[in-house]
Amino acid sequence: MTALVPLIVCLPLLGAAITLMLGQRRRLQVLVSVLSLTAATVMSAVLLGFVDTVGPAVVQVGGWDAPWGIVLVVDRLSAIMLLISALMLLGVLLFAVGQGIVDGDSEAPVSIFHPTYLVLAAGLFNAFVAGDLFTMYVGFEMLLSASYVLLTLGGTGARIRVGITYIVVSLISSLLFLSAIALVYGATGTVTLALIAERMPDLPADIQLILGLLLLIAFGVKAAVFPMSFWLPDSYPTAPAPVTAVFAGLLTKVGVYAILRTQTLFFPDDQFSMPLMIVAALTMLVGILGALAQADIKRLLSFTLVSHIGYMLFGIAIGTPLAIAATIFYVVHHITVQTTLFLAAGLIDRVGGTTSLSRLGGLLKSAPLVAILFFLGALNLGGIPPFSGFLGKIALFQAGTIVGDPIMYVLIGVGALTSLLTLYALARAWNLAFWRPKKQVKDYTSSISASLVEDPQDEGTVLTKTVSPLMVGATASMLILTLGLTVFAGPIFDLTTRAAGNISSPSTYIDAVFPNGTGSIKDSNVGTNFEGGSK
Amino acid sequence: MSASLTLVILMAVMYAAGVYVMLERSLTRVLIGFLLVGNATNLLIFIMSGRPGSSPIVTGTSVEDMVDPVPQVLMLTAIVINFGISALLLALIYRSWWLAQLGDEGDTLTDEHTAESAEEADDAFRSSSDDDHAIAESIDEFERGDGTTSDEDAATGADNRAGSADAGGRADASARDERDQR
Repeated sequence: MTALVPLIVCLPLLGAAITLMLGQRRRLQVLVSVLSLTAATVMSAVLLGFVDTVGPAVVQVGGWDAPWGIVLVVDRLSAIMLLISALMLLGVLLFAVGQGIVDGDSEAPVSIFHPTYLVLAAGLFNAFVAGDLFTMYVGFEMLLSASYVLLTLGGTGARIRVGITYIVVSLISSLLFLSAIALVYGATGTVTLALIAERMPDLPADIQLILGLLLLIAFGVKAAVFPMSFWLPDSYPTAPAPVTAVFAGLLTKVGVYAILRTQTLFFPDDQFSMPLMIVAALTMLVGILGALAQADIKRLLSFTLVSHIGYMLFGIAIGTPLAIAATIFYVVHHITVQTTLFLAAGLIDRVGGTTSLSRLGGLLKSAPLVAILFFLGALNLGGIPPFSGFLGKIALFQAGTIVGDPIMYVLIGVGALTSLLTLYALARAWNLAFWRPKKQVKDYTSSISASLVEDPQDEGTVLTKTVSPLMVGATASMLILTLGLTVFAGPIFDLTTRAAGNISSPSTYIDAVFPNGTGSIKDSNVGTNFEGGSK
Repeated sequence: MSASLTLVILMAVMYAAGVYVMLERSLTRVLIGFLLVGNATNLLIFIMSGRPGSSPIVTGTSVEDMVDPVPQVLMLTAIVINFGISALLLALIYRSWWLAQLGDEGDTLTDEHTAESAEEADDAFRSSSDDDHAIAESIDEFERGDGTTSDEDAATGADNRAGSADAGGRADASARDERDQR
């Protein structure tokens, strides 16, 4: 069963190679990529079942035991992330295929799209199964390289311009991550997560602080945490709709996953709790205030994406098992709902001809199905009961009140306010785009649209395109998935609670990787740095 | 932990210079900055292997004399990744330059024109003065400059040839072209 762990990374890569060779034969390409992602979904579901009943799956690649070789570890958290991202990738792929069929593949060079998309999938899976920091770095680089290509697909002026900002920001965060790995290796003599987790508490507090902060900043850029979030709302909306959806749903969550993993493993004593709280509050507030000013639905959604990263950071900052469970649940919820909303925005773009609220109108009549998709997604993101967004936030707030510090109540207040403002921003979008009659769009004046700022890239055009049933179907099935998260919230929350139990103490993870204990791994003469002298 | 002071100083200088160059507007300089910082990071990894020693893995070396092989492996991977990313960046910079000079129209030129513009592209890379010349010529020739951008491009072309994708008029032009293509 553990053979599935490397296979889930290799299969999409193999698919990428095959689709690259099938460049001219689009139908076969589609078949191969849909098949490999379906297989990845099935494998991750099987892995989740296996891991949940038997325990973490550990693979020593090439038979080299950790910490000398590469080690892949799938515990419940990894398996949950694998399953949800595989499902999202598959859904978005179907949407992209639907869009490609309608457009006759004229806009995007699809011969490149499928291989790159599969490499992105492989990179994501690799980052989730990585049992050492460096493999995680390689996974990050795989998915980032693929994302560079996907973001600049077609090579138009606007995409190149925002693409370069995105690439330079990502490169700097990657270099920071690499520097952090070097310093962690220097301090602990290993890059294996489990061994670092064991050795980290023995390091002097100041060195722990430097390592922790470097890792936090590196992952924070990827997760779009407040001071490092400026790049996201500019770069994501310019990409093709399916690409934006998969970026919004998954790429930032890899950063969140990495923060969650390193914080719980390396720094279980909550040294970073207070800075994380402050950053979480600022991320929520600044993100949502940005969203309030946007006239463009895609930009609005990008800002809410930044804002809601704050909730996950809040959960990580609390650090209790309940809070971690709530965070994992929130991550799963947010991945699905954000992907759904971006796909719905892609549909709006096609039926309404634009995503600018100042030119959209009457969509409730002309596209009732899209209206329902957007409406339910918006309610869910806004945290209206009984949806999963509400349940996730309640769980987070409950975890906060149990700890009961004054700062927790501040954070809960900020969280509730953010939720309210999210609802306001999305309800306004709904009012203007769907509820407002088409004929009122021209010369429309209202206080609710007075403060809206247009997207700087906006060309002021209205260009409607046809929508294929496959696109609507893919978006609808995403929505059904988010509703499923609501209906089956009980069992899913039990699962995330078990996952949190796995990671809330590092010893479980360490025991899984080193079943015979780490006593036999003596500090080799090499790599043992700082030589304990400064302890 | 023992480390060579020379390497540490070299790394620090490379980091500093790299970050400084990265802050420039021109994309080619950003690329150079990225290469410098990337290699400084590689040096940092290398420094983390601690004291010097003889080659690892080779038979006949005693374990005590070996240098730590792990940082070298990490470095090798990082170098390969940096190489790939640099190639991608170069392609993007070229594309950005291309769009700045010709707009999206560059993609739809007839064969005859493509040959000419490719020649000019070669010229432009030869030296910065040639570059200015080629830019001015290509702009005149295709009558792209509607009075707002040609001067600016010609003046800043040498320094800023990749970064000039930012120039507002060009952006509008390429946006318009993108629309036309649809």
